Amino acid sequence: MRAPILFLLLISLANGGFAQDVKKEIEKYQQMVADSSPVELFELQGEILWAKRQGPNNASLEQCDLGLGAGVLKGAYAQLPRWFKDADRVMDLEARLLHCMGTLQGRSREEASKRVFGNEDQPSEMEYLSAFVASQSRGAAMAPGQAHAKERAAYALGQKLFFFRAGPWDFSCASCHGEEGKRIRMQELPVLSSPAAARPVVATWPAYRVSNSQFKTMQWRINDCFRQMRMPEPAYTSDLTIAIATYLTVNGKGEPYRGPGTKR
Amino acid sequence: MKRALKLGIAALLAACGSMPAVEHHFASEADLLEIQAVLKRDLRVRGSATLARLDADAVQQACNLNGNAPPEPLVKTLEAQQMAAINFPAGSLIGDWKRGESIAQSGRGMQWNDGPKDVAGGSCYNCHQLAPQEASYGTLGPSLLGFGKLRGNSAETQKYAYGRIYNSKAYNLCSQMPRLGHSGTLDEQQIKDLVALLLDPDSPVNK
Repeated sequence: MRAPILFLLLISLANGGFAQDVKKEIEKYQQMVADSSPVELFELQGEILWAKRQGPNNASLEQCDLGLGAGVLKGAYAQLPRWFKDADRVMDLEARLLHCMGTLQGRSREEASKRVFGNEDQPSEMEYLSAFVASQSRGAAMAPGQAHAKERAAYALGQKLFFFRAGPWDFSCASCHGEEGKRIRMQELPVLSSPAAARPVVATWPAYRVSNSQFKTMQWRINDCFRQMRMPEPAYTSDLTIAIATYLTVNGKGEPYRGPGTKR
Repeated sequence: MKRALKLGIAALLAACGSMPAVEHHFASEADLLEIQAVLKRDLRVRGSATLARLDADAVQQACNLNGNAPPEPLVKTLEAQQMAAINFPAGSLIGDWKRGESIAQSGRGMQWNDGPKDVAGGSCYNCHQLAPQEASYGTLGPSLLGFGKLRGNSAETQKYAYGRIYNSKAYNLCSQMPRLGHSGTLDEQQIKDLVALLLDPDSPVNK
């Protein structure tokens, strides 16, 4: 619905040819779409799934320990990724939800992660749950774990991965997210190694994407970057993806969470 | 006038291969081994994207180890090797700019969701301004608006444009631009069509 408006707007601005005006108009457009975001519907559906009894144990996720104790939702998302003693592993939200689907609901990893990235017609259970759990951290400062040695190791690995160039197109994360004020097409690119740029990013993911009417998680965001980098596909919630998520989130720490966000 | 001057300066900077300042990250040999092991463990083959893509070549290795600024002698050696591997076709390198424009528009190719029958593009507009009619262009690379107007289309310029698209690393070792010919993304005719988009006087790039 909104895409043609943006298109016309850009065409008219292109004739003026002033990048600053384009930027201002994009910001106006972003504000406009944020005002009519359906994020709340995803949060509500997630809340229903959180309490829904399912799996071989016919149990809900309500006793899931997201790091602040069994069943504590408030502020839990803002402290992820973090190291979990029971798994002896650093986990992000999606890794932890998958863990709870196994331990509480008795579901196999294979079944629970069969369809984690949904589409416009049918969002995934993981997307709904991510929207709900993240929404319960609104206002809390982002404070991912960095006290445990494995948390610090995840950050260090994420940093190395961020700058590592590979694949047929020689890309690293920094190829697109390494220089200030750059765009791909009209999409502005945050320099994710810089706290100033990382803060608003980590404070607004997961997010609803207006251009394709889909709710997207951070695991999806990282996955899709690998696709565009012409690399093979990262395994869902693998240590590699969590290292990158840890690096980004620690770079953006301190920002009050205000998601789930709305993206172009 | 002022705008034309600015574009001219941008094109000149591009010609010198200079890059704006960015954060440099120097990996050690041990870091590279660790990262390779992690990638091989946690990445999965999908579609055309196989794990063989993770094997680093000498250019990637040199750029990763040296924060994208290897010592000059190594740069010269590797750039010469990359240059020697470019297959320059004989004769005119100027194809059809109209086909070039659609190749420049297309972001397909080499992604795991691209089918074997999908024709690859150059993703040019993702990073460069080209035809003035296309308002949605990226800025990771220099603007190429007026590229041929500024340089003419002599045999030497054709060769430079062809080579730069085929393998940007032959000119600027740690360039962020993909090696579109060297990687097998674009074929000879497609690169000629892109050269036409840049150099043909009838191309909108030069209007």
